[in-house]
Amino acid sequence: MSAIPDKSDQPVIRLDGVAKVYKTGDVEVHAVRHVSMDVRQGEFVAIMGSSGSGKSTLMNIIGCLDKPTGGRFLLDGVNVADLSRRQLATLRNRKLGFVFQSFNLLARTTALENVELPMFYSKPLISLGNQRRRAKEALEKVGLANRLGNRPSQLSGGQQQRVAIARALVNQPELLLADEPTGNLDTRTSIEIMGFFQELNDSGITIVMVTHELDIASYCKRIVVMRDGEVISDTENQNRRLAASERATLDHAEKEAKLA
Amino acid sequence: MLTLFQALILRPLLTAMIALRALRRNKLRSALTALGIIIGVASVVAMVAVGNGAQARIESQVSALGQNLLMVFAGNRKSGGVNSGGGSASALTLADAAALAREIPDIVAASPETTTTVQAIANGRNWSTTVAGESQDYLKIRDWKLAGGSMFTEREIRSSAKVAVIGSKTAHELFGPLDPVGQTVRLKNIPFVIIGKLASKGAGMGGQDQDDRIIVPFTTAMKRLTGEKYIRLISLQVASADRMAVAQQQIVSLLRQRHRTPPEHDNDFSILNQKEIADTVGSISGIITMMLGSIAGMSLVVGGIGIMNIMLVSVTERTREIGIRVAIGAQGTDIMLQFLIESITLSLLGGLLGVLLGVGISKGIAMFADFVPIVSTGSIILAFSVSFAIGVFFGFYPARKAAALDPIDALRYE
Repeated sequence: MSAIPDKSDQPVIRLDGVAKVYKTGDVEVHAVRHVSMDVRQGEFVAIMGSSGSGKSTLMNIIGCLDKPTGGRFLLDGVNVADLSRRQLATLRNRKLGFVFQSFNLLARTTALENVELPMFYSKPLISLGNQRRRAKEALEKVGLANRLGNRPSQLSGGQQQRVAIARALVNQPELLLADEPTGNLDTRTSIEIMGFFQELNDSGITIVMVTHELDIASYCKRIVVMRDGEVISDTENQNRRLAASERATLDHAEKEAKLA
Repeated sequence: MLTLFQALILRPLLTAMIALRALRRNKLRSALTALGIIIGVASVVAMVAVGNGAQARIESQVSALGQNLLMVFAGNRKSGGVNSGGGSASALTLADAAALAREIPDIVAASPETTTTVQAIANGRNWSTTVAGESQDYLKIRDWKLAGGSMFTEREIRSSAKVAVIGSKTAHELFGPLDPVGQTVRLKNIPFVIIGKLASKGAGMGGQDQDDRIIVPFTTAMKRLTGEKYIRLISLQVASADRMAVAQQQIVSLLRQRHRTPPEHDNDFSILNQKEIADTVGSISGIITMMLGSIAGMSLVVGGIGIMNIMLVSVTERTREIGIRVAIGAQGTDIMLQFLIESITLSLLGGLLGVLLGVGISKGIAMFADFVPIVSTGSIILAFSVSFAIGVFFGFYPARKAAALDPIDALRYE
């Protein structure tokens, strides 16, 4: 619909006074109050905040899993409020990739089948052969070419998260949404996962990530901090950490430790 | 066109694949759930087969009575307020029998009957048996064959000949393996020449052994054995089944007229209509078949509830999976179809195995019971389509519940 030249100046995400109010009985909970911001193509944004700050609710709205009760949310120029449940599902399938804290892979299902999953629901349909081929490619990209037939229970946390990333990428989304992607991982694996994200971002994919850890957020290009449902700061990350070089340092340090 | 093909054919096929994978992952549970339907379908198929088999057996017994048979029994006679009960009346005479045969055109054969029990002596043995006086048409009326020799003739009736046709059981008791035809049997010390042997007919409707009897001309029986001038019953054969009701009416009016029964009095005879018996027995056994079938049908419903139960558990258990699928782009209809296909697969699989089991049970019953259960294609098709319907019906609610889940809640579900 939108021509290619428009894309550069049209933000992938536009939040315009977005609010979300939950009603539980008589009590109104303002999870998100009046958040406005744009995320442009190629950005790598961390949304930070303590629990209850509204970051997860905002993430659900951006992920088209939830609709705002106030304000406007445009995804790729489309007002999400105008879309039906059905259209939202199609939108999620085509434009969004999700990575969760708890990986959310289907248990008792192989890595390959997990990665094929989004393509099951693609429109137009993708032939089974193509699904298999693309799923294999995606798993190769995250370095799991030799783990195609393994089930989640047979994989380490880092490997599971890499399967989840492969699944998120297999439909070539415009936007990758990650909700505490390193929350269940150790430091070393966290760096590894952030390395993947940086590589993906370098190749042009827009990433929005929710985290409460500052050292994880510091791998991103832009850091948005939320408190009580509002954005209290939105800054460019000046001291961006680079996962690739840190890994090399870490490897070196470990070798030294073993030598000693 | 292509998108329609995709939407209607390919997408459900893919969804079916997902559903089958899920069933395969829970083999034991799937098998146990299907077992409910297997048992339900098997019992429907087997019970209906048993009912049909029993019905066929009873009907063949009724038709073994004879072809288009009407039996006129002597009724009770009241004399001075003393009711002597059925058969005591002796209101029927040979003249009545002759008149019925002569004046009612639909009657093609008649046999007046008088019976008595005697001690038959032959071949150095003796045996208590029923001796029935009948006409030459009796075997034709009762659709009874001879195993050897011949039936007595009209001439032998007129001459009150001392000839007898012997039942297979009586023959066996008196003569063992010997051929009784040509032998002599003494009834009340009167020698009768055995001129024929009846084919075996087995137990009658009342359970009595029809093969234990000796048939003699009714004239001989009345003169020499019973000494009565009345007869107990007249067996009549009507030309065709659809004339039986008419013939029955004509018999009633003719006999009332002959007996000069006043209009306010009841008949002094009773009529047994084979077609009515057949219809009554048929409808009773039909009801029994239906009862058996519907009791079995209940178990099918129970099986369906089992499917619903497991599907509900499955939806709850897989809430997280549903959340993942929806987040990834599955439509509500995809989720619904997935669970619906699971339940339909379970019930169809159960239906298929149930039909096989039901046929097997029917075959097993045939080995032990004295009748053969009849497996009808109709009951197989019915049980199979009902099991499909059960899959849809009992799978619908859980499937809709799954499709309606909120993805955020579903993803958060532990």
